[in-house]
Amino acid sequence: MKDKYVIEAEGLTKQFGAFTATDHISFRVHEGEIFGFLGANGAGKTTAMRMLCGLSRPSAGWATVAGYDVCRQAEDVKKHIGYMSQKFALYDDLTVFENLRLFGGIYGMSAKTIREKAERLLGELGLAAERDALVASLPLGWKQKLAFSLSIFHDPKIVFLDEPTGGVDPITRRQFWELIYRASDRGITVFVTTHYMDEAEYCDRVSIMVDGKIEALDTPANLKRDFGVATMYDVFLALARRAKRTSD
Amino acid sequence: MKKQFLSFLRKEFYHIFRDKRTMLILLVMPIVLMILFGFAITTEVKDSRVAILDLSKDEVTAQLRERIAASRYFSITAGEDNISALEASLRGGKIDVAVVFGEQFASELRRGGRPSVQILVDGTEPNQAAIRTGYMQQVLAAHLHTLTEGRGVSPFPGITPVVRTLYNPQGKSEYNFVPAVIGLVLMLICVMMTSIAIVREKEAGTMEVLLASPLPPLCIVLAKLVPYFAISCLNLTTILVLSVTMLHIPIAGSLPGFIAVSLLYILVALFLGLFISTVVRSQLAAMLLSLLVIIPTIYLSGILFPVESMPVALQCVSVIVPTRWYVDIARRLMIQGVELRYVWRETLVLLLMAGVLLGVSWKKFKIRLE
Amino acid sequence: MKGVLMVIRFLIEKEFKQMMRTRVLPVVFVMLPLFVLFLMPKAATQEVKNLKVCVVDNDHSPLSARLVHKLSASTYFVLTETCPSYREALHCMEAGRADFIVEISPGFERELVAEGGSRVLVSVNGVNGVKAALGSSYLSQILTGYAAELWEEEGLLASRPVLAGLDVCPRYLFNAGLDYTVFMVPGLMAMLLVLVVGFLPALNIVGEKERGTIEQINVTPVGRFDFILSKLVPYWCVGLFILFYAMLLARVFYGLVPAGSVGLLLLFATLFILVVSCLGLIVSNYSDTMQQAALVMFFFLVIFILMSGLLTPVSSMPAWAKAVTYLNPLRYFIEALRMLYLKGSSFLELLPQFVALSLYAVVVWTWAIVSYKKNR
Repeated sequence: MKDKYVIEAEGLTKQFGAFTATDHISFRVHEGEIFGFLGANGAGKTTAMRMLCGLSRPSAGWATVAGYDVCRQAEDVKKHIGYMSQKFALYDDLTVFENLRLFGGIYGMSAKTIREKAERLLGELGLAAERDALVASLPLGWKQKLAFSLSIFHDPKIVFLDEPTGGVDPITRRQFWELIYRASDRGITVFVTTHYMDEAEYCDRVSIMVDGKIEALDTPANLKRDFGVATMYDVFLALARRAKRTSD
Repeated sequence: MKKQFLSFLRKEFYHIFRDKRTMLILLVMPIVLMILFGFAITTEVKDSRVAILDLSKDEVTAQLRERIAASRYFSITAGEDNISALEASLRGGKIDVAVVFGEQFASELRRGGRPSVQILVDGTEPNQAAIRTGYMQQVLAAHLHTLTEGRGVSPFPGITPVVRTLYNPQGKSEYNFVPAVIGLVLMLICVMMTSIAIVREKEAGTMEVLLASPLPPLCIVLAKLVPYFAISCLNLTTILVLSVTMLHIPIAGSLPGFIAVSLLYILVALFLGLFISTVVRSQLAAMLLSLLVIIPTIYLSGILFPVESMPVALQCVSVIVPTRWYVDIARRLMIQGVELRYVWRETLVLLLMAGVLLGVSWKKFKIRLE
Repeated sequence: MKGVLMVIRFLIEKEFKQMMRTRVLPVVFVMLPLFVLFLMPKAATQEVKNLKVCVVDNDHSPLSARLVHKLSASTYFVLTETCPSYREALHCMEAGRADFIVEISPGFERELVAEGGSRVLVSVNGVNGVKAALGSSYLSQILTGYAAELWEEEGLLASRPVLAGLDVCPRYLFNAGLDYTVFMVPGLMAMLLVLVVGFLPALNIVGEKERGTIEQINVTPVGRFDFILSKLVPYWCVGLFILFYAMLLARVFYGLVPAGSVGLLLLFATLFILVVSCLGLIVSNYSDTMQQAALVMFFFLVIFILMSGLLTPVSSMPAWAKAVTYLNPLRYFIEALRMLYLKGSSFLELLPQFVALSLYAVVVWTWAIVSYKKNR
């Protein structure tokens, strides 16, 4: 039963001075699930995610990711996760292939494996022609697909996606979610933050954060039933009205 | 309109004042430079290490040795017993000067002839080498003079220069350096900081947002310059106060006149930063270009190296270095205390530079907007 | 082990590609040494010449006219003006047209012929003390020479002018011609290295922070040592390229070749580049913005340069300032470079500098690795 959870968090807290960004949150994520992490801007989603990825040290509480403690074994955690930040963060001045080779290399893949996998991946994404183009020259939608593919290039157990579809059109978003499903089919657990409520419907389970606390956590269907509303949007509105923090 | 401008201004001040580390360095830099230039850095030559090889072994050479040791220019390290050992000490940097009294030195002197003495000098740094040789000559000659005086040889008066040193009778190097420090610090801060600050907004894309506002672009750019202008004024004050209280250098000329010229110089430097920001795209390039402006400033402005000793071609290049003109004015107004009318030509050059730099940057800026 | 080497290889490759794709950088690598080594040694001279002299000749005699001519013929002095009175000469000085005022008194020729001696009044602009001191001594040399000339050639004077009672034969070692260029060039090489391999690393990591790419690296298991090493290697290569290029330029422009071993020079350069680029990376690690990093680095580099003996002698500094220079890596490197270039010193003679730089390297390298925080 123990192996069923790939993420466990208990009382996870992050304080910046007097400000508590994430306030004693506790939750568990099953292996292979698509877990939606919802909340208004400034609710503490990104902070929580950065703690789980070992980018930020918790002020209190604990969490394990892929069986490793995020405080004491941050570097081990990093071997088993992929991460895509909300700000596009690939190297603009490297080509598509050079980016893949760099990150593949960092995770210890051999040059041969990297080449084979990269060819296949670029074919799937329809980016084969852009293999040697500088990333800076790609349109945003393509960059995001590339960033996602890169975050799962080394077959991590879990991939963390921080608002992966910000700023792109609905069609590209739909395509993006197809990529997420494909990754999920390969057994990768997906942990995704978003504030698009239609995307929340695509998740197996969602949690909703308000003012640094998790206010709701269940399947989308259960949440809609509990709140007696028709869409996730209404669930979100009902919770967001309680918020004291203003979004910026 | 005015209110909008003020709100922009407030934003620019926030940028700077919230960055504590930058603020600290901006304020501490002139103080540190003043201390270094005032107390640590000097071109005076003293405490040269001397080794003596005395083959003559006489009473006179022993006296000369003591005379050298007593001089404030020299301190004697252990003697050596052959020339090659002396050369090795010089090569290893253990001594600066070696004095060799030949075997015949004392006897030649007693015979009333002109004995010769060899001095080996580490010539690595030419000026120091020449000055050390000069001092050694003085010390030796002075002693022999006292020896011969009693023998009734009356010295010939020749043509004696009666030298009067004006403005800086003790020859303190601070007098020369302080105006230079002002020129240097203001250049550093204005050029590098403003060019990077403006390009940073370009890189981050926030410049577009600002330009989309109803305020005219000129105001937006000027608002970016104002905080650095304020900091520069503060630095100018710090330097002047320190120079009077800590280094005891009086401001000999008209203070208002000096401040007016300094403000003009600050403007020139700010516009130079603005100009750099219009020709580059990245912060890295802005910094490199600023460096390319600042290095020649150190070398070509007469801060450390006198302009008139340079080859003519470089003297011509130095004409376009604003600091050269400013340091010249500052030295004359501050140290020599000349009247303002003596520096009108240099001031005009600075005024012209300010106008040209602002005009060119403004034109380039407009082209980018269109 | 093989895996780690692969990671480092890929990271280094990335740094090189990024460096070469930043279009200004290759241009800087080629142009900056050319610019610094061609122009700066000519500018960076403490020699004093072309001093501006204003003469007030109150005697109007043949002998005073000859003195004026002698002055203007000297390479040290340029006769800019002849004024009727001291007052006007002072105006010249205030307007910046004169450094020296030489006043010849009315009885100059008469006194010289009758009594064998006379005096001239000299007023010096003392703002630049070195210029004033050296200029005065040149002037007195010219006056003594003139008096001797008059005595020898024409027997005009009553008695022989007395010269020093002994002959001093100076021999200048290591720089026989007392050429300032020879002294400056090795120092300028060190300055070039500081500028390039000090500044670029200072902007590197903080640049990745500003663009957000550092996050993507921090979330991978890449080791801190590997990451810092991959940042250092490219600067090390660039630094050595610049050094060899500068040595070549020094040879072509000034015919300067190191008197000592090139291997030793390489050893010192390797250590020094490591030290400076580590300092840059440390600044970068602690900075939040590129502007901040640039300013902090500039602040330290200006102090390093001023306290290194590059421009002014360390030996003239007061004790406390000398003590401070022992903390300055640039001081050791410039010393070593000059000793190697001019004196041809051996490794044994350079041991203190070597030990100091090595210690420095170990400390700053460790510091650079420790100060790189993958999480906060």
